[in-house]
Amino acid sequence: MAIRSISESQSRSRVVRLTFIYLVLAVGMVIVIMPFLWMVSTSLKTPASVFKIPTVWIPDPVVWANYPDSMTILPFWRYILNTAQITFLAVVGATFSGSLAAFAFARLRWRGRNFMFVLVLTTLMLPFQVIMIPQFILFRSLQWLDTYLPLVVPAFFGGSAFNIFLLRQYFMTISPELDDAAIIDGCNRFGVYWRIIIPLSKAALMTVVIFIVQNRWQSFLVPLIYLFDQKKYTLALGLRLFQDQYTTDWELMMAAATVSMLPVLLVFYFGQRYFIQGVVFTGVKG
Amino acid sequence: MATLQDQIAVNATRRQRPWYYLNGEERLAWLLVLPWIIGFLAFQLGPMLASLGLSLTEWRMFTPPRFIGLSNYAEMISGDPLVLQAFKVTTIFSVTSVPLRIALGVLVALLLNARVRGLAFIRTVYYLPATVSGVAVAMVWLLILNGDFGLLNRTLSLIGIEGPYWLTDTSTVLASFVLMSLWSVGAGIIIYLAGLQGVPNELYEAAEVDGAGDWVKFWRITLPMISPVLFFQFVIGMIDALQEFAGPFIMTQGGPGNASLFVMLYLFRQGFEFFQMGYASALAWVLFVYIMVLTLLIIRSSAVWVYYEGEVRED
Repeated sequence: MAIRSISESQSRSRVVRLTFIYLVLAVGMVIVIMPFLWMVSTSLKTPASVFKIPTVWIPDPVVWANYPDSMTILPFWRYILNTAQITFLAVVGATFSGSLAAFAFARLRWRGRNFMFVLVLTTLMLPFQVIMIPQFILFRSLQWLDTYLPLVVPAFFGGSAFNIFLLRQYFMTISPELDDAAIIDGCNRFGVYWRIIIPLSKAALMTVVIFIVQNRWQSFLVPLIYLFDQKKYTLALGLRLFQDQYTTDWELMMAAATVSMLPVLLVFYFGQRYFIQGVVFTGVKG
Repeated sequence: MATLQDQIAVNATRRQRPWYYLNGEERLAWLLVLPWIIGFLAFQLGPMLASLGLSLTEWRMFTPPRFIGLSNYAEMISGDPLVLQAFKVTTIFSVTSVPLRIALGVLVALLLNARVRGLAFIRTVYYLPATVSGVAVAMVWLLILNGDFGLLNRTLSLIGIEGPYWLTDTSTVLASFVLMSLWSVGAGIIIYLAGLQGVPNELYEAAEVDGAGDWVKFWRITLPMISPVLFFQFVIGMIDALQEFAGPFIMTQGGPGNASLFVMLYLFRQGFEFFQMGYASALAWVLFVYIMVLTLLIIRSSAVWVYYEGEVRED
């Protein structure tokens, strides 16, 4: 009897505890989601009901027209296209050059490998602002201002050290015996990269692609420095322009913000497995 | 014996081989790393050294640079109170935001680690804000933090509190940015959760045998075991926070009265609005050294509070 009552009180305290945990987590989730809901809700309101007190969560009437309106006041479709173009080129450049370097670090034996790898990791700590101004001067003297070259070309030269690090860590987990087997079968070293490592690393490559998309789609400071012609603007710059010119049209601004966030959220939704894997794998993002 | 002779032979050839002779594998390796090396030299190291030189000049982009020695640095210390203000603002923000983010992240991770159902879903929700950033987020928070009709003050008024004008009040503007930064702790949560799941269960069982409660277990086992993760996040978080830009640029432009003048904002202004490239370079270098010193301090202090498995301590 005594034993049962102890286990009963234990299980009751466990229930109380779990209830408390769920409650706190639920409140946290509401707080986390609230800004998104508020954005979408505002994007469907009439100008008057944006300011209305008490708070209106479900707009009445629902003004769907805010979306086409916000997309046509400024050439947002062009901005989206521009941003997609830059993002695509950055993804191609950074995954290709990054995975080649990662392969050399993970799989090949060469003198200087450790030194070079430490050097790559050191650049993770290098803040952008120190190189921002001289880089600007460099690209200006190359006459690259107001083109996409400053935004895209560096990606083809290794891209972010973070990608190299992530891919190298992943390549290390693939059994080297596969390499040996392939070489015995007549594959050369580059064949090992192309036929063994790359096909086996789709998950890690996907993670890298997703991080680059997320990063490039929303990047603000770099395009702000290099792009002047409004026709060449990225989505982030377009939003900024919008916010500057239509300061009080909150419903239109929120519609534009929603549209700009949508691709990132969709990429995250469909690729969350890779996202979370990447974050855990490197411990770097955050 | 043969192996020893082989070894000697290998050593001999290795010694004879000049440093510039590369075998096929080594040649391929350097070739594969070459793009990164070029990028590093051309886009990172080169510009960095150039900016050190530039910081010793006065250069307004349209006239040739003029060497002025350390005048830019002297100006920063004695002639430009905004520099001190910018560093003050950035430091206050960073040392508040980063520890709070870590504490909040660990707290949520601890709750998630209690074998809750629907973990994947809850984790996704918490991660959501970390996926979005930049201008769109700043615009949304501009609306939330608005003093008259913002969501935050609307919510506060429900419980009878009259909220301040968050972004236009010098006493709350930095708190607003800290609050905003807390919204996106999701990536941290995932990392801490992975850390928590890596703590061996035997440790807790052993502690329970010794009669340890939850509190003791947290302070004596959980925290020391995940301290390397916290340490890494602390370093990365500080480097990130010290470079805060898009938020203040969009939301306050450094105002009111320079109360949210982050260093990056001031740097941008000097470089790309006033075209004071020399002065901006000097500013960038001071910020760089500042970040390095802070990072070193954190690393130094880690000997006291970070626990690595297998380490021997003399208490």
